[in-house]
Amino acid sequence: MAKYLLKRLFYLILTLFLIATITFFMMKLLPGTPLSNESKLSHTQIQMIYHTYGLDKPVWQQYLIYLAGMVRGNFGLSFQFDNQPVSYLLATRMPASFQLGIQAMIVGVLLGIIVGGIAAIRRNTWVDGTMTVISILMISIPSFVLAILLQYYIGLKAGAFPVAGWGNFSYTILPTIALAGSPFATTARFIRTEMVDVMSSDYIELAKAKGLTSTGVVYHHALRNSLIPLITLIGPLTVNLMTGSLVVENIFAVPGIGEQFVKSITTNDYPTIMGITMMYSVLLVVVLLITDIVYGIVDPRIRLQGGRS
Amino acid sequence: MAENANVSNDAFEPLGKEEHLDNEKIAAPSLTFTQDAWRRLKKNKIAFISMWILLAILVLSLAGPLISPHQPNNAQPAYTNLPPKIPGVHIPGLDGTKAVDGGRVDAYQQQHVPSGKYWILGTDYLGRDLLSRIIAGTRVSLAVALIATLLDLTVGVGYGLISGWRGGRTDMIMQRIIEILSSVPNLVYMILLLVVMRGSLLSISLAIAISSWTTMARLIRAEALTLKSQEYILAARTLGESSWKIAWKHLIPNMSSVIIIQTMFTIPSAIFFEAFLSYIGIGIQPPTASLGTLISDGQKNFQFLPFQMWYPAVVLMVIMICFNLFADGLRDAFDPRSRE
Repeated sequence: MAKYLLKRLFYLILTLFLIATITFFMMKLLPGTPLSNESKLSHTQIQMIYHTYGLDKPVWQQYLIYLAGMVRGNFGLSFQFDNQPVSYLLATRMPASFQLGIQAMIVGVLLGIIVGGIAAIRRNTWVDGTMTVISILMISIPSFVLAILLQYYIGLKAGAFPVAGWGNFSYTILPTIALAGSPFATTARFIRTEMVDVMSSDYIELAKAKGLTSTGVVYHHALRNSLIPLITLIGPLTVNLMTGSLVVENIFAVPGIGEQFVKSITTNDYPTIMGITMMYSVLLVVVLLITDIVYGIVDPRIRLQGGRS
Repeated sequence: MAENANVSNDAFEPLGKEEHLDNEKIAAPSLTFTQDAWRRLKKNKIAFISMWILLAILVLSLAGPLISPHQPNNAQPAYTNLPPKIPGVHIPGLDGTKAVDGGRVDAYQQQHVPSGKYWILGTDYLGRDLLSRIIAGTRVSLAVALIATLLDLTVGVGYGLISGWRGGRTDMIMQRIIEILSSVPNLVYMILLLVVMRGSLLSISLAIAISSWTTMARLIRAEALTLKSQEYILAARTLGESSWKIAWKHLIPNMSSVIIIQTMFTIPSAIFFEAFLSYIGIGIQPPTASLGTLISDGQKNFQFLPFQMWYPAVVLMVIMICFNLFADGLRDAFDPRSRE
């Protein structure tokens, strides 16, 4: 276990190092500078600004400074937002994104388990058909279309929830639903396939033969065994939520990371883009590591020694 | 039972020698793999209908320049934001009227449009014909998806084949590379690449392909590993067939179902990402239309002219739904486990 963990940690750090390097040099490759629109500045002024941001040093020095700073959680200063440190910018915006992400994950996965489970139990009936149609719809409707529709019809027309902004809990409901669509559909389809598979296995036959009630069989055996592989889905779902948060936060004007990311992309705010890129990568890498470890603990059939699950 | 025992011997007659030869005959025509899959796909009504809808959309979008009534990028400042109008149809929403303060006003009269002119799906904020733009946009979106999928296919299959076939050290290193690549959120690749390269048809396809080929490579490697130990591959090797030829003639044909299914799931996700990237403004650049840019443009006026977003959004959703249903059907058709 310790050896496995060390190996994983090594890869984790290698991955992050590679991402940091690639991001840095890609940003250096970009044509133009953040000052290319400021033609009124004199040469001396430009030099001064470059000096402040450390852009006058050779590229390899900038790279080392960037890496050293990043290890300490310092991503440099934002070009656009009044010279705020990127780390501060991210820290103030993280709570909203995390709250939305976690809420959406919980709502989506729970509903997905319920819907997928019911579909599997009532396989090949109209219930199954309806559930499949719902999950196909949710997979096929892009989160930004769903968000706009929710905002207009439920937020504005029906006036049930705030249209946009960030305040008390009611502000989070619409963005959460918009974000939860994709995890819901993915989970529902996954659970259905898993449950159908599990339901035809020998131990379910045995449980039935022993005279367990059908709820008992479903709850104690079928559902529990289908839930274990669900852990592997958490990584991809996290990626989905990141993608979704970019547009959903923008549409609902949520002061979160995703909204910030889009803003930085459109204003060429490179330090912030790099900072968010790194943050997303760290988040995903850590989530993947945790899910792999948890999976190994929960499912004794998976051997960690091989290092592959 | 007792009754049966009373049947006299005359009731039986001896079989001729030739007749029982028929028992050995296989009545059903023997089907090749593709024929079998096709037969099973046809049984799946939903998937089959989806396939035809997709084909229709594809043909319509390809024939776009011939059938679209207007130039998709031709702005006419005098005729901006006109609602849909089909001559002879008097359904609110399709008769050139728009909702204003509870009532409906004929927008065509208000904007002094000559009586012969009409736009079936209305015009956008620059007076461009929405129908033509949707057709052109669908073509762009499908083109991006197809190029991305083709790239994904070539790189993914090639990489997976080499990794699985060579095995050993090569495989180990190639798999570590994939492991590292796939623990980066695909969003990060796409956005970095597009920030550096600026959105164009090719750069978007490249960005999508770069973030999705690892899944294909993994699947193909797993297939290659199992196929490698099959007898016919051993036979081919013993006969001195080159690795290249074995890959082409034996491995790829035997993996075709995996490849086709994975491809069918890649296309909708590529369509989604194209729309997504164009929606946040780093994908297809204006004035070129794509479903993403159309939705993003339409959203600005959604409160007053909802049709401007609804139409492109519906087209996008129909394409996505059909692809997903079709892919599901194909998977069932190809998957030997679902045979009953």
